[in-house]
Amino acid sequence: MELLIIVTVLFYMLSAAGYFAYLFIQKNYLYRSGFYLILAGFVCHTLSIVSNFIASGQFPARKLQETLTIAGWAVACFFLVFQSRFKLKVLGIFAAPLIALIMVAVSQVPNSPTQVQSVFKSFWLVSHVIAVFIGNAAFALACGIGVLYLLQEHGIKTRNPGFFFKRLPSLDMLDATGYTCIIIGFTLLTFGLITGFVYAKTVWGRFWSWDPKEVWSGVTWLFYAALLHERLTVGWRGRRAAIMAIIGFAILLFTFLGVNLFFKGHHGVFTTF
Amino acid sequence: MTMSEIILLGINHKTAPIEIRECIAFSEDETTVALETLKNEPTIKEVLLFSTCNRVEVLLVTDRTEEAVETAKRFISDFNKVPVAQFEDALYIHVGDEAVRHIFRVAASLDSMVVGEPQILGQIKAAYHTATQKKTSGVILNRLLHKTFFIAKRIRTETGIGDHAVSISYAAIELGRKIFGRLEGKQVLLIGAGEMAELAVEHLIRHRVADILVANRTFERAVELADRFNGSAIKFEEMISCLENVDIIISSTGSPDFILKRQHLKGMMRKRRNRPLFFIDIAVPRDIDPEINRLTNTYVYDIDDLKGVIEENIEDRNREALKGERIVDEAVVRFRQWYDSLDVVPTIKALRQKLEAIADSELKKTLQSGSLSQADSRSVRRMTRALINKILHDPTDTLKSNGCQGGKSVYLDITRKLFKLDE
Repeated sequence: MELLIIVTVLFYMLSAAGYFAYLFIQKNYLYRSGFYLILAGFVCHTLSIVSNFIASGQFPARKLQETLTIAGWAVACFFLVFQSRFKLKVLGIFAAPLIALIMVAVSQVPNSPTQVQSVFKSFWLVSHVIAVFIGNAAFALACGIGVLYLLQEHGIKTRNPGFFFKRLPSLDMLDATGYTCIIIGFTLLTFGLITGFVYAKTVWGRFWSWDPKEVWSGVTWLFYAALLHERLTVGWRGRRAAIMAIIGFAILLFTFLGVNLFFKGHHGVFTTF
Repeated sequence: MTMSEIILLGINHKTAPIEIRECIAFSEDETTVALETLKNEPTIKEVLLFSTCNRVEVLLVTDRTEEAVETAKRFISDFNKVPVAQFEDALYIHVGDEAVRHIFRVAASLDSMVVGEPQILGQIKAAYHTATQKKTSGVILNRLLHKTFFIAKRIRTETGIGDHAVSISYAAIELGRKIFGRLEGKQVLLIGAGEMAELAVEHLIRHRVADILVANRTFERAVELADRFNGSAIKFEEMISCLENVDIIISSTGSPDFILKRQHLKGMMRKRRNRPLFFIDIAVPRDIDPEINRLTNTYVYDIDDLKGVIEENIEDRNREALKGERIVDEAVVRFRQWYDSLDVVPTIKALRQKLEAIADSELKKTLQSGSLSQADSRSVRRMTRALINKILHDPTDTLKSNGCQGGKSVYLDITRKLFKLDE
């Protein structure tokens, strides 16, 4: 299992290197090798999660190490699907290092023993976790695309198109794909929250318990809802949308990690050592 | 001396601001009328006139330089109802080689605002066509213009001067693609009309943009351009409201002030639902307020910005222009040689006329007395003709041959002075 994680990390890191080389040299084989490396990493990654699942008999999202693994897996999964649908070649430059970084963090977090909890067998919980995590992955990519948008836009706006001008796709494409990411992320987050409510009802007997994680999830959801609303009504697009995607992801990160550092709640245990 | 001279009078974007250029510009119809009028001037033997948004040039052939220049000036002033004083300072007058050089440089686009832009040659060709139709061009202008077209073509093919102008439209297209992704289906608004702007529009059409709207201060001109681009003409006042739907704006008016200011865009971006707007400002002075660039999702590029995009090596461009100038210099010398050889004929003719006039008056005196018989008078007349032919034979040969030391024009000059042919 440990070996599998190391191989996975290696694949992801190589993929990141491939994408970086692609950014500079712009050769198609570099981009392709980046893609296949990440795919290979993803396969190993899935195997390691499945083997963990089978070994423990529980969905492996019980502690920080496992949640991070799932987070990394979700990003890789989303990226691979997204990449094959949209030909945004340069996106790997953001996704591959992010996944590699998460997996490096996974290998650094101590693997503490876990106490058996029956909650991790519920269908509602598994759908809740998967939906939320893939949704978060979509938001992470939206953030990455937002950064790329700002880079490209800055060059064009200041009439000084430099290094990135040729290497990054058009503003329109970045904007459209970022928007798609946010729609997907928002849909999955909504679904994840609903399944979460249902699950909370079955476990604690109420849908909403003012747990800090819940509150911040709500804040995140509202933020993205506002972003989408503005886009649909007054056409918030381009630069502003890109900045909002980045801010949104910052809020999301806080919800995911920060809340556990500052607050206590029933989600805390899943993301502590 | 009465040797024919080539004279060129004109104003261009370097010597005169747009206000003056506007005042003395000639439309196509006006050019035709102007040519007819100028042709009837006794001092002017041949004439060609062309007028673009950047220049008005009158090219003429005359025997009396100063009078012709005055005539032309007076004509421009009368025709456009502008006092001479108003444009006199901006007017340049080139005579002889300088006039030839000037027309070569203009046609080769070495004198253009955007050096290397290709449309000026077409405009001169059109002007020459008009002149030939109106029969206002003669031996000298025909030769000069054919030479001009040849030189312009040669400079275009042998130097990289054309790459520059083309690359500006290319840069605009590249930027457009980085902003919009695909240019297909985008709406384009062309404001004003200029060589470069039209070129850019043609490039955009090649990228299958949807619809071209053309706005112009003179609506007729807008209709004309819209027809050419298969687009639609709009009134200048409608322009602002059009901003709601267009994506790319190419502006190239001669307006001294900004025609689109930031307040015009106020609320417009909201109406557009923040879809990006790309302004290409080709006009000098600029038409689009650069402040507009500070609004979100708007991108304003003026001509210098576009030049910056292509990261062009200025030295390269200068070297290409220098190559062009060298070709022009060479062509001017060649043309001078031809021109001089052409002038031998009128000189010899004048010389013969002078001798024949002397002979005639002397014959008249001699034969007046009536002491000679009819047959004798005929013999004397014949002998006089023969004498003239014999006397003229050697000078004619010398002048026609290429062996004149110090240049043919010097010999011609001396001949004219010795025999007082110019009096």
